[in-house]
Amino acid sequence: MAELARTPATPPTAIEEERTVSLWGEAWQRFRKNKIALVGTGIVLFFIMIAILAPWLAPYDYKEQQLAERLQPPSSEHWFGTDDFGRDIFSRVIYGARISLWVGFFSVLGSIVVGSLLGIIAGYYGRWIDGVISRLFDIMLAFPSILLAIGIVAVLGPSLQNALIAIAVINVPNFGRLIRSRVLSIKQEEYIMAAKAIGMSDWRILFHHILPNSLAPIIVQGTLAIATAIIEAAALGFLGLGAQPPNPEWGKMLSDAKDFLTQAPWTMIFPGLAIMLTVLGFNLMGDGLRDALDPRMKS
Amino acid sequence: MSDLLLEVKGLKKYFPITGGIFGKQIGMVKAVDDVTFTVYRGETLGIVGESGCGKSTTGRMLMRLIEPTDGSITFEGKEVTALSKTELRRLRRDMQMIFQDPFASLNPRHTVEKILEEPLIVHGIGSKEERKRRVREMLEVVGLGSYHAKRYPHQFSGGQRQRIGIARALMTNPKLIIADEPVSALDVSIQAQVLNLLEDLQKQFGLTYIFIAHDLGVVRHISDRVGVMYLGRMVELADSESLYEAPKHPYTKALLSAVPIPDPDHKAERQLLSGDLPSPANPPQGCAFHTRCSACMDICRAQRPALKEVATGHYVACHLYE
Repeated sequence: MAELARTPATPPTAIEEERTVSLWGEAWQRFRKNKIALVGTGIVLFFIMIAILAPWLAPYDYKEQQLAERLQPPSSEHWFGTDDFGRDIFSRVIYGARISLWVGFFSVLGSIVVGSLLGIIAGYYGRWIDGVISRLFDIMLAFPSILLAIGIVAVLGPSLQNALIAIAVINVPNFGRLIRSRVLSIKQEEYIMAAKAIGMSDWRILFHHILPNSLAPIIVQGTLAIATAIIEAAALGFLGLGAQPPNPEWGKMLSDAKDFLTQAPWTMIFPGLAIMLTVLGFNLMGDGLRDALDPRMKS
Repeated sequence: MSDLLLEVKGLKKYFPITGGIFGKQIGMVKAVDDVTFTVYRGETLGIVGESGCGKSTTGRMLMRLIEPTDGSITFEGKEVTALSKTELRRLRRDMQMIFQDPFASLNPRHTVEKILEEPLIVHGIGSKEERKRRVREMLEVVGLGSYHAKRYPHQFSGGQRQRIGIARALMTNPKLIIADEPVSALDVSIQAQVLNLLEDLQKQFGLTYIFIAHDLGVVRHISDRVGVMYLGRMVELADSESLYEAPKHPYTKALLSAVPIPDPDHKAERQLLSGDLPSPANPPQGCAFHTRCSACMDICRAQRPALKEVATGHYVACHLYE
């Protein structure tokens, strides 16, 4: 037995540079096998490309008005038709991708940063700090989120930037609660106890051990939240509280088009389709990420 | 053996039970109730007892991972309970812990190299190259290969993971290692390997162990002295030989008679304990064991026996020996 203890558990014939698989690597392997998730990712990448390449892809300037050609149906010249100012809808939808993805991405990033910070503090330190932060989240969640967003924009003034801030704010409690619950469960893990026993500082435990282990649900929730944020931005745009004319925000385009719904349905269909497709892409990708990052949750 | 490393006096941990809408305190769980013992440099002190008897809580209090309610812990002449946060972190270089569950005690997102390097980073020991070299050395010391450094914990078996846990505890060259059930999550065949490893390391590095376990055979194998705990109290403390050959406390006797003997012809005279383990929230008056003791006297119900030396180095808390 004593000999056994001294022999290495695996013979040292293994090569030095062998392949090691991290949990992230394993998740990627699972994600790669999920066809639907790949379709979603494809859609998302497609819209990101459109947003980046907008100036080269769009045949017309998105704010160029040609009043003689107003409300033209789709044709070879104007693929998606024209709106009531004679602007090319195809070009406007393309530029709209920039706005929607911008708002979606940065509002969610803002929510994640603020929400994670509050959630981690609440979960790790507990006691009255947790009480204060959690009650704050409760209060915010008591309002219907879009109503809260409208209220925030009403105070700040209608603009795309303020819509982005409003959307970021209303999503903070969702992320905050998510992280808090993760921190509460990870805090009980033995490796956190081990980290304390080593003599690690709270700061190091939080950012080297607890945060990386909470990341998976944040990524999933973040992807799904981008989809919601895009819809919320469109809703604010529709209400005239988001992007201001002549910015081609998809929701704003819908609201402009509503008066010509019977006359020129294409003015509404194409921005609507763009919203639907982007949101679908993010949702499919988010579902795929969830299955890949937490295989136990998959039914 | 006379060189004192750690002295524990009157250690207590009471967990409050709260209830009602205002979270008022309605009771106390006396997880550890007045425990006193000493640990000498270079020895292995085993602590045994049923689950819930407070042995793990005691281990964690020694490192102040759980704050003691009362009592004193002196490590190399320093009062541990009075240390500031910074001093406490420095102390943790000298006192390390091995955990029970090798699947839970390693961060699943870190490579073995990162896990082992971290104690050195935290205490600011060595340059980057020196740290990496030490990680590789230590992997060899615990019977793994340096080529394991880049792997993740889930790529190892339970026994290998426990070796990683042991290596982590050794990184800072500690003087005292508190091993909290280090082999109870492992297969029996692996247990022996890990125990032998612990013994080898003790000789090699002159370590002192506090070995917490519920497996009496394991504790006997590795310990120089053994303390038996029951309901948060130390009921008997003696050197391994005399405790196993001549147990004094009725609880220790019953506990030892429950150890299976690998001999089919052996006629076991087992002393079965009647009744359940009383709740630590409401421990019996007097001696905590009197409700299940076959030799219970009137005094046992009224007065709590103190831990007394009845033979050289043999301490018992029982009225039978007064």
